[in-house]
Amino acid sequence: MSVLNRKDAPRFNGVENINLIQPEHKKLANGCNVFSFNSDAQDLVRIEWIFNNLRFDPSEPLLNVAVNTMLVEGTSRLTTAQIAEKVDFYGAFLQADYHHDYSQITLYCLSKHLNQILPIVKEVITDSVFPEKELETYVRNQQQKLQVSLQKNDILARRAFNKTIFGPTIYGLSATPENYKSLKREDMLRHFRQMYQPANCTIIIAGKANKELLELVTDTFEHSWENTGQAADISQPEPEPSAERFIYIEKPEALQSAIRIGTPFVNRIHPDFPKLQVLNTVLGGYFGSRLMANIREDKGYTYGIGSGMSSLKHAGTFFIASEVGADVSRQTIAEVEKEINLLKDQLIPEEELSLVRNYMLGSLLGSLENILSHADKFKTLYFAGLGYEYYERYTDTVKNITPVELKELANQYFNFDQFYKVIAGKY
Amino acid sequence: MVKFNRFTLSNGLRVIVHEDSTTPMAVLNILYDVGARDEDPEQTGFAHLFEHLMFGGSVNIPNYDGPLQMVGGENNAFTSNDITNYYITLPSANLETAFWLESDRMLSLAFSEKSLEVQRNVVIEEFKQRYLNQPYGDVWLKLRPMVYKKHPYRWATIGKTIKHIEDARIEDVKAFFKKHYNPQNAIMVVGGDVKTEDVKILAEKWFGPIPAGEKYNRNLPQEPAQQEERRETVTAKVPLNDVYIAFQMESRADTGYYVVELLSDILSRGHSSRLFRSLVKEKQLFSEVHAYITGSLDKGMFVLEGKPLEHVSTDEAEAAIWHELEKLKTEEVSADELTKVQNKTESTMVFSEMSLLDRAMNLAYYELMGDAEQFNHESEKYLAVTPAQIKEQANKIFRKDNSSTLIYLAEMPEEVVDIIS
Repeated sequence: MSVLNRKDAPRFNGVENINLIQPEHKKLANGCNVFSFNSDAQDLVRIEWIFNNLRFDPSEPLLNVAVNTMLVEGTSRLTTAQIAEKVDFYGAFLQADYHHDYSQITLYCLSKHLNQILPIVKEVITDSVFPEKELETYVRNQQQKLQVSLQKNDILARRAFNKTIFGPTIYGLSATPENYKSLKREDMLRHFRQMYQPANCTIIIAGKANKELLELVTDTFEHSWENTGQAADISQPEPEPSAERFIYIEKPEALQSAIRIGTPFVNRIHPDFPKLQVLNTVLGGYFGSRLMANIREDKGYTYGIGSGMSSLKHAGTFFIASEVGADVSRQTIAEVEKEINLLKDQLIPEEELSLVRNYMLGSLLGSLENILSHADKFKTLYFAGLGYEYYERYTDTVKNITPVELKELANQYFNFDQFYKVIAGKY
Repeated sequence: MVKFNRFTLSNGLRVIVHEDSTTPMAVLNILYDVGARDEDPEQTGFAHLFEHLMFGGSVNIPNYDGPLQMVGGENNAFTSNDITNYYITLPSANLETAFWLESDRMLSLAFSEKSLEVQRNVVIEEFKQRYLNQPYGDVWLKLRPMVYKKHPYRWATIGKTIKHIEDARIEDVKAFFKKHYNPQNAIMVVGGDVKTEDVKILAEKWFGPIPAGEKYNRNLPQEPAQQEERRETVTAKVPLNDVYIAFQMESRADTGYYVVELLSDILSRGHSSRLFRSLVKEKQLFSEVHAYITGSLDKGMFVLEGKPLEHVSTDEAEAAIWHELEKLKTEEVSADELTKVQNKTESTMVFSEMSLLDRAMNLAYYELMGDAEQFNHESEKYLAVTPAQIKEQANKIFRKDNSSTLIYLAEMPEEVVDIIS
């Protein structure tokens, strides 16, 4: 028997085929689009009702999020307690999720109980009334939670970063206690009626979405749900980045500083986006990234540091974020600058790049764990206005992009002096 | 129903294989039967620090992460008071890379001084980020020593103090490895697009030659039943007052555990739960209030936590929580209310089975508790719980002389103090 060779890695295979499941599509008579992903693996289903947010009004900045969060707080026929009781009794989860571009209601439910829960969702989406008493509770509790959040340096840094980069838009919003106080029930009702219309709704079903289940959903949401005649205004004001690029929020007693550095950036529809995802991964997009290797694994300044690209409908950002020992804030920023400049000055070695290629493809494959993940991938494409060829282009880019192209991209897109820099803590 | 096969290598390593051909991925999960409870009281935080060092290179492989990323894999790990768990997910075609990496670090680490020095700093930053630089972040550092006087659960996984982490020496690291990191103290689960026969061959090849090592015999001081009310008040730079009431409860392995978990669900799961309905919505005393249990392998904690609204004193807040607890001690819950939390548990379990990694981790954990097969019988145990049992457990647990109350008082800003004085 030969001696086991533990020094050398076993032979391995590249990821060749990534198969994405595409949905069935049906457009209902009232204009609502329904996409479904069927799998019999488990007797459960997730259904999302997704509505584009209305145009941002700086004088009423919280309307989109408050209306969304309060959808489950009462309809003309059901109190908030009755809604909660019924959803919980059938072991379902009904949640309101707010995103910068859209608001959604998500239902997780065992398939066998769907017929009990669907009528409640219908009421919530078509007939929410935002009871005064529940609104008071919402405002009071949100104000308290905000007080706690504002004690966290990472949250302060993120709020300041978004506000600086996006200005007074839906993306730059940083709610204040006063914003909560000014919420009015009538405004919320008006907002609700304009936004939660079938023509502004996309339904995505994933799980045991067989024929009967689809019919149940279609029947429920195609009938007695009409558009108001006034289309939802889903345009958005242009982001207005601030001229000030350095923001220091001093916290004399901080043990750590939260640092956020970045810039307005291209979003997913731009042809360079997949290429920049490779560049981002090299810099700070995975555990073995340059930022982690240098600032955590070599210097021990932080528990974690990473970079990312946020792709929104009307904007995008590139950012680096970390919480670091308060005494090493300056050193950390200097190291970040060094790593950015290295990408501009030197070619990424082929060995490192091939690791990143394989990691990214394995990560994509691993992200397709079950039917819900396939629906998530579709959602990303659909709301960016892209088709499935995006993922072909993505895998193709990951496999073939060259060190020379990446260096060019770094020079085209990264200018550290022009980056916005936010520090909450000590500097 | 999660199907699996089981075998044990001659060195004592227990292996479970869970075949699932619907995914192109594989997971390799290794649970080591060691947690913060196994630490020396003068060297706390060590199990967790050690977890970090497991990524600092092994005897034959200088870099752990690189080769895994090269084959499209990802990994992570966590440490609790009871266990340390490491996991890899990767394309199944590259499963052998996971065996190569995991077996080498079970065989021996590189024990590099540089890695120890860096990871000490990283863990100290983690200590600050999660426990010290957050409002209420230090609650577990304060609450645990109130509930536990003898058992090592009296310190948190991160450790009692940063000093213990600063003091860690390479000799301690070596001794810890020898004591806990060997095949006899580990359970490996391989799942996903794999075949049991292939896993047997790979396990024999890579793990078979590792010496069995010494069996660690756990002999921890058990926590005596609490006999007196405990209470502490701290003034802290937090924006709101906060009330914690913790009780001792039975261990995860006890039959009463399932009853107690449903008891906590009745109090605090979902927006129809009692604490939320009564204290947040109807009486409007709290902005948030929660109940949860730790599910520890030794005697556990049942914790209630709530942030009262600004006009509500902490005495009133405490009394309101106790009022809800007393109701559970005197009146049986209705059949509907019990069915509700049972249904919720059932659907949660179905949803959690969608994740291959969750299935693998659960199989390892149930095997540690005695039998992986019990993972498939969890629902029955929750369904068998009766209203009488809920009331019985409420009476057993919710006693003043079994309670530890920790009150955070928000420190008033200076300008407010000036006005009052």
